[in-house]
Amino acid sequence: MSERRARYLSLEEGGFALLLAATAFLCLIIAGKTFDQVLAFHASLISLAAAVGTFFIFRRYFDGDTMPIPQEVDGKPNYNMAPVEFAAWASVFWGIAGFLVGLIIALQLAYPALNLDLPWTHFGRMRPLHTSAVIFAFGGNVLLATSMYVVQRTCRARMPGRILPWFVVLGYNLFIVVAGTGYLLGVTHGKEYAEPEWYADYLLTVVWVFYLLLFLGTLWKRKEPHIYVANWFYLAFIVTIAVLHVFNNMALPISMYSSKSYIVWAGVQDAMVQWWYGHNAVGFFLTAGFLAIMYYFIPKRADRPVYSYRLSIVHFWALIFIYIWAGPHHLHYTSLPQWASTLGMTFSIILWMPSWGGMINGLMTLSGAWDKLRTDPVLRMMVVSVAFYGMSTFEGPVMSIRAVNSLSHYTDWTIGHVHAGALGWVGYISFGALYCLIPWLYNKKDVYSLRLVDWHFWVSTLGIVLYICAMWVSGIMQGLMWRAYDSLGFLEYSFIETVDAMHPFYVMRALGGGLFLLGALIMVYNLYMTARHGESAEAVAAQPDGRLAAAE
Amino acid sequence: MESTYNLLANFAQTGGLLYFMAIFAGVVIYAVWPGNKERFDDAAQIPLREDD
Repeated sequence: MSERRARYLSLEEGGFALLLAATAFLCLIIAGKTFDQVLAFHASLISLAAAVGTFFIFRRYFDGDTMPIPQEVDGKPNYNMAPVEFAAWASVFWGIAGFLVGLIIALQLAYPALNLDLPWTHFGRMRPLHTSAVIFAFGGNVLLATSMYVVQRTCRARMPGRILPWFVVLGYNLFIVVAGTGYLLGVTHGKEYAEPEWYADYLLTVVWVFYLLLFLGTLWKRKEPHIYVANWFYLAFIVTIAVLHVFNNMALPISMYSSKSYIVWAGVQDAMVQWWYGHNAVGFFLTAGFLAIMYYFIPKRADRPVYSYRLSIVHFWALIFIYIWAGPHHLHYTSLPQWASTLGMTFSIILWMPSWGGMINGLMTLSGAWDKLRTDPVLRMMVVSVAFYGMSTFEGPVMSIRAVNSLSHYTDWTIGHVHAGALGWVGYISFGALYCLIPWLYNKKDVYSLRLVDWHFWVSTLGIVLYICAMWVSGIMQGLMWRAYDSLGFLEYSFIETVDAMHPFYVMRALGGGLFLLGALIMVYNLYMTARHGESAEAVAAQPDGRLAAAE
Repeated sequence: MESTYNLLANFAQTGGLLYFMAIFAGVVIYAVWPGNKERFDDAAQIPLREDD
């Protein structure tokens, strides 16, 4: 193109360097002045990360990375897949960590001595670590990786920016580290699925806004006139999570030098905002985002277009318009007004329609190719995932009905329901996507061993079945014991008797979780071997691979 | 106070009903409109044909 040193520091590099340097200094000041040890630790960590980021921006510039990035090579888009690769491996790492912590807390519930009588390993701190690790760290990185991959390929355009994609991916993972270590050290908002304290929330807000800009920027650059439906779902996920996160975390810190903050909403309003957020974390993070994966990876793996593109349009608009109202069903029989609780319940039941419409669309994509389920365990995993989606989106509206909720609420039934969705739907569609993505990124024909995928599938399916069956029985038993009265109107059982009765089911649940973890470990080995020793794809040009392996 | 509440609630409920029905009808009409069929069939192929 042009000669070396032809490029000045770009606005993007300069801007990010300035932002990071300012953050580094600000955090250094906070770390120096605070008496709050956890905040001092986190401020030091963020300061260090920002300083290292600034250093790398300049090193990259001075090391001669000065040529403008070609948007196309050999007439094909020059996709930026390195951040995708990072996020994919990060999701593998956090997945194992999150499943392991889940197994530990499952064992703690069965054998309380495993709390170790230490504050850091107590169930109360480990539980948010588990939920955040699996939802935001594992699921979030899967969404980052797949969204960046899918939006580039379906737009036939490279993501904008040199620094921006890395800022998003690394910044998000820094947030995960700050949030997770905060829980263990006892710093929490106490809001379910929104436990990180105010400074971690600010960090995530900044990263998320840049994520939105990155996504919109790629759409803006697109060569493909139509925006494929998966991108609609990703966009809904990014925009809605931004709104939910900001409103649910409107908290004022008691000072800049304290990790403690108080929410601006009071009482029942706070509860309402919390579950508006909480349920839509399910609806837009764990559903819309992963539906985007379904709409890209299942057609891709089955090698046939989605069953009905028209249905996918109706699915999208119906889902996003209805999901946002369902939150109040978490607050039946509370101080929330009855009309609000009825509204939440009604919308939850209406949700059957778009949920099942989407499920049918995913499953029917295989019509005429059902034989692939027998021969391709990756596709089987994704199809079973969609089946779990159908099952848990059937169960959810049932549980949102007030009468059913009076039995199910606060019991293990809820835990079973959530895990049917989380392990079955989110877990399996993510594993399926990773089994597709890693070979594509490394220009391999397929995963290292389909037999191991088969093992992963059966071991973890057994785990899920054990888990949810144990929780159904335990939950309904628990609910029935709580409401049992004797002939004189006294409660039949003391609370500790219900706890005692649940012990065998807790052991079964831990066993199921252990099998799920074992399956995931098989996947890690398989993915590692794929990247390292997988059979190369022969015809480079014919491979759906963004990197320029042929040019090396 | 009470009447203002009722007035607003009525407006929101009726308005919400009409608003949702209108949007849903719009989306369905857009999705099944015969003129759009070719575009959507083409869009469904996007993941399969990229760069190959």
